[in-house]
Amino acid sequence: MNIESQDLYTQIILSMAALVGLTSFLMLGQGRLLRLIFVFAIQGLLLTLTTAVAAYSLGNHHLYISAVLTLALKVIFIPWMLRREVLKTNMHRDVETLANQTAVMLGGASLMVFSYYVLHPIVQTTSPVMLNALAVSLSVMLLGMLLMISHKQAIAHVVGFMSIENGLFFAAIVATKGMPMVVELGIAFDVLVAAVLFGIFFFHIRSSIDSLDVDLMNKLNEVDK
Amino acid sequence: MIPAYVLLLITLAGIVFFGLSGHKADMGKINVWFNGVSLITTIWLAINVFNHGTILSADKAFLVDSFNVYLIVLTAFIGLTTSIFSAPYMAHEKELGKLTANRLKLYYSMYQGFMLAMYLVLTTNNMGVMWVAMEGATLATVLLVSLYRTPESIEAAWKYFILCGVGIAQALFGTILLYYAAVQIGDGENALLWSELFQHANQLNPEVLEIAFVFLLVGYGTKIGLVPLHNWLPDAHSEGPTPMSAVLSGLLLNDALYAVVRNKMLVDGATHSSMAGYLMMGFGLLSFLVGALFLHRQKDIKRLFSYSSIEHMGLMTFAFGVGGPLATFAALLHMTVHSLTKSAIFVTVGHAAQVAGTQRMDKIRGLIKTQPKIGWGLLIGTISIAGFPPFGVFTSEFLVLLATMHSYPWLTLPLLLGIGIAFAGLFRHIQPMVYGERPEGQNPVKANLWPVMIHLGLVLWLGLAIPGFLAHWFSQATVLIAGSSPL
Amino acid sequence: MNWLIAILQTTLFVALAPLLAGWLKRCKCYLQNRKAPSVLQPYRDLLKLTNKQPVVSEQASWLFIKAPYIIFSATILAASVVPLIAVDLPTSASADVIVMVGFFAFARFFLALAGLDVGTAFGGMGSSREMTISSLAEPAMLMAVFTITMTASTTNLSWAISHVLEQGLVLRPSFVFALFALILVAVAETGRIPVDNPTTHLELTMIHEAMILEYSGRHLALIEWASQLKLMLYGVLIANIFLPWGIAQSFTPQALGYGLLAIIGKLAVLAIILAIAETLVAKMRLFRVQEYLGFAYLLGLLGMLSHIILEASR
Repeated sequence: MNIESQDLYTQIILSMAALVGLTSFLMLGQGRLLRLIFVFAIQGLLLTLTTAVAAYSLGNHHLYISAVLTLALKVIFIPWMLRREVLKTNMHRDVETLANQTAVMLGGASLMVFSYYVLHPIVQTTSPVMLNALAVSLSVMLLGMLLMISHKQAIAHVVGFMSIENGLFFAAIVATKGMPMVVELGIAFDVLVAAVLFGIFFFHIRSSIDSLDVDLMNKLNEVDK
Repeated sequence: MIPAYVLLLITLAGIVFFGLSGHKADMGKINVWFNGVSLITTIWLAINVFNHGTILSADKAFLVDSFNVYLIVLTAFIGLTTSIFSAPYMAHEKELGKLTANRLKLYYSMYQGFMLAMYLVLTTNNMGVMWVAMEGATLATVLLVSLYRTPESIEAAWKYFILCGVGIAQALFGTILLYYAAVQIGDGENALLWSELFQHANQLNPEVLEIAFVFLLVGYGTKIGLVPLHNWLPDAHSEGPTPMSAVLSGLLLNDALYAVVRNKMLVDGATHSSMAGYLMMGFGLLSFLVGALFLHRQKDIKRLFSYSSIEHMGLMTFAFGVGGPLATFAALLHMTVHSLTKSAIFVTVGHAAQVAGTQRMDKIRGLIKTQPKIGWGLLIGTISIAGFPPFGVFTSEFLVLLATMHSYPWLTLPLLLGIGIAFAGLFRHIQPMVYGERPEGQNPVKANLWPVMIHLGLVLWLGLAIPGFLAHWFSQATVLIAGSSPL
Repeated sequence: MNWLIAILQTTLFVALAPLLAGWLKRCKCYLQNRKAPSVLQPYRDLLKLTNKQPVVSEQASWLFIKAPYIIFSATILAASVVPLIAVDLPTSASADVIVMVGFFAFARFFLALAGLDVGTAFGGMGSSREMTISSLAEPAMLMAVFTITMTASTTNLSWAISHVLEQGLVLRPSFVFALFALILVAVAETGRIPVDNPTTHLELTMIHEAMILEYSGRHLALIEWASQLKLMLYGVLIANIFLPWGIAQSFTPQALGYGLLAIIGKLAVLAIILAIAETLVAKMRLFRVQEYLGFAYLLGLLGMLSHIILEASR
C-alpha cells in the first residue's frame, strides 16, 4: 500500500484518521477545561468533515444527514453546553494538575499500539486502509477512557465519554460507510439524551458535593471505613 | 406482528401520558393498568408465536421467535407485578417526604420508558437498534437511580451512567465490526438484521467476528454485571428506589445476556470454534465466584442481593458458554426462575427496609415478629434463590451442574464450592434479620405481598413440574441456540 | 551557467531577507492598529548601523569581533543549500539538509560564545537560554525533516522537492504532522512569539536580544541581517517543501521568473499568518518552552510513525 497509489478519498481519510488521533492525544494532556472542550469541538469538526467527504465521494446522501447531526451535536451543542457549565462554575481559571502526565502519555501511545495489535488479524482479509481506520478509532476510544481515568473533573469525564462516541462514529463512517439510517438516528438520539442528562447531573452533583470533582464522590465503597 | 407494535405503542403512550399528566394521586394505579394491558398484549403475541412459529415482520425490522417470546412475556409479567408493588411503595416514600410529586411523575414516565427499551431490545431484529435500545434503557433508568437526590444516590447514578455508557460503547464497536463483516457479503441496509446474518453466518469473516465478540461481550457484559465490570451494579441497586432494583435485576440483566447470546449464535455460526463459549465460561465463572464471596461482607441488604444477582448472572453466562442442549436449557430456565425470585426478593426487601427505616442489615431484626408476612416472604425467597429444592432455582442449577459434569468435569468443583459459599453468605445475614428479637420502633407497614406470593408460587411450580407448553418452548429455543433438543 | 544561477539565488536570498522582515513588521502594525513604517525600513536600519562606529568592550576578545562575520557567512552558506526559486542547482546538490542544520548549529555556537565572551550577566543568560531551546528544537526539527526525507528517500532538499513535485497532489498524514512540527520549530528557532519576543528588551524575558546586547555598529547589522536571513530560510523551507508548486525546474528566464514570483507570494502569505499568530498569542513563560518543543517533537515523531504505519508499503 503506497499512499501515492491510493485515490484522493483514501488519502483524505487517512489524514483525517491521523488528525483525529492527534486530537485525542491533545485532549489527554490538557489540564485546562476550556481548551479541552475546544479540542473536543475540533475533533467533532474533523469528524463532520470526514462524514461529508465520505458522503460526497460515495454518493451516499444519508451520510449528509449524519454530518449535519454531528456538526449540530458534537461541534456546537455539547461544547456550548460544557463551556457554559465551566464558565458558570468559574472553573476556567483552574488548571488541573495531572498526576503522572508522562506515564499517561506513554500509556496512550501504548494503547495505540495495542489497538493495532488487536485488530491485526483483520488485515488478512481487508485493505490496510481499513485496518488503519479501525485501529485509529479503537485507539480514540481507548484514549477517551484513559482521559476519563486520568482527569477527575466531571466535565473532563463527559468529554472523554463523548470522544469515545467520536471514535465509534469514525469507525462506522470509514469502515462501513455509515450504519443504516435508523441506527444512526438512534445513536444520535442517545447521544443527545446523554448530553442533556449530563447537564442535569452537573446540577445535581454540584448541589450535592458543591464541586464537580468526581474524586469527592467516594461515599459508596466496598472497603469498610 | 401486530401485538408487538401494539406493545411498543402502549409503552410509548405510557411515557407521554405520565410525562404530560398533572400530579394525579392514582398514577400508581394507572401504571399498573398500562403494564396489565402490556402483559395481555404479550400473551396475545405469545399465542401467535405458539400457533405459527417464528414471526418476522414484513420489513424485517422485528423478529419474535421461541427464544425471545418467553422473555417478552416474562418482562411484561415482572413489569406488572413490580408496578403493583410500586404503587403503594412509592406513595409511602412520598409520604415520608423522600420524593416530590414531580419526581414521582418522572418515575412513572421513566418506568414506561424502561419497559419500552426492554421490549425494543427483545423484539428488534436489527443489532444496531438493539444497541440503541440497550443504551436507551441506561438513559431511562439513570435518573431513577438518583431519584432520592442524596449524595450517595447521585454518586451511584453517575457511576452507573459513566460505567455503563463507556462499557456499552464497546458493544457498539463490536456491532460496527459485525456490520463491517456483513457488508462484505451482502448489501448495506439489511446487513445488521439478525435473521439475515444468522442465515449467512457461515460466510461471515471469522477473524472479524472473533474480535467483534470480545467487544460485544465486554460491552453487554458490563450491563450483565460480569466481574470485573460489575462495580456499578451494587451501587445502582442499593441507592435507587426498590421497584427499580427489582426490574433492573429481573429484566435489564436478563436482556443484556439475551443480547450476548444472540451475538454468540452468529459468532458460533461463523467461526466453528468454541472461542465465544470459552470467553463466556471464564467471565461467568469468575462472576459467579466473586459474587458469592462478596456476599459475605455486605452490610446493606440491597447490596447483598445485588451481589447475589451478579452471582446468578455469572452462572447463566457460564451455562450459555458451556453450550450444548442441556446447559442451554438450564440457562433458559435459570433466567426465568432467577428473574421471578429476585424481583420477589427485592419487593420483600423494600418492605423490610420500610419496616426498619433503614437498609443496614444490622439494624433490621426480628421481621417475623414485627410483620410475619414480610419475614416469611424474605425467608422463603432466600431459600429459593439459594437453590433449595423444591424451588425452580434448584432444578436449573442442578441441570447446569449436570451439564458441566458431562462436558467439563473439573469445573463442577468450583461451581459446587460457589453454591456453598453463596448459601453461607446469604444465610448468615438473613437468619438474624428474620428471627431474632424485634427492636424498638420497628412498625408494620402497609404492604402488598401478592406479587411475592405469585412469583414464589410460580418458581415452586417450575421446580416441581415444568408445564408442557413451557418445556416445549424452552426446548424449541434450545434447538435454536444449541442446535439440538435436550428432551 | 548553473553556478551563476546558484550565486544569483543566494544573492536573492540575502537581498530579500530584510524585505520579508519589513513586510512582517508592516502586517503586525496593521493588525495592532499602529502606523506602519515603510517595508524598506530594515534596509535603512542596516545601512545606518553599518555607517556607525562599533563600540567594543575592553574585556572582549578577538572572538567577539570575529563572531558576527562567522555567523553571517554560516547563515549564507545554509541559505545556499535551500532551493529558493529553482531546484537542481549545484550548490544544493553538494550539501543536504543535515549540513544545513549543521551550519545553523555552527552559527549558534559562535553566537553563544560571543554572548559569553564579554562577561556580562545578560549575555551569559541569553546564551544559556538559547542553548537550552536549541537543544530541544533541533531533535524536533530533524524528526520533521526525516519524515520528509523518508518519503522522498533522500536527504537532499532539492531532490526531495522534485520528488514531491513529481507525485503531484498527494495528501499525506505524515506531511501534515511534519508541517505543524516544522512551523513550531521555526517559531522557536527564529525567536518569535510565543517563545521569544524579537522587539522586547525586557531583561527577564529576552533570549536572542540578551546575547547581542553588547553589539553595535556593523557587527550588530550583520547579526540582525543573519537573523532576518534565518527567518526567511525557515519560511522558504516550509513553503517549498510542503507547497513546492511554482518553483523552477528548468533554467529558462521564464521559469525562473515564475519561481521568484511564486516564492514571494508564498512568503508574503506566510508572513501574514505569522503576524496574525503573533498578535493573537501571548509569549509563554520560559519554563513552558520545553512543553512547547516537546509537543513539536511529538508531532515530528507522529509524522514519522504515521509515515511508517499509514503510508509505507507492506
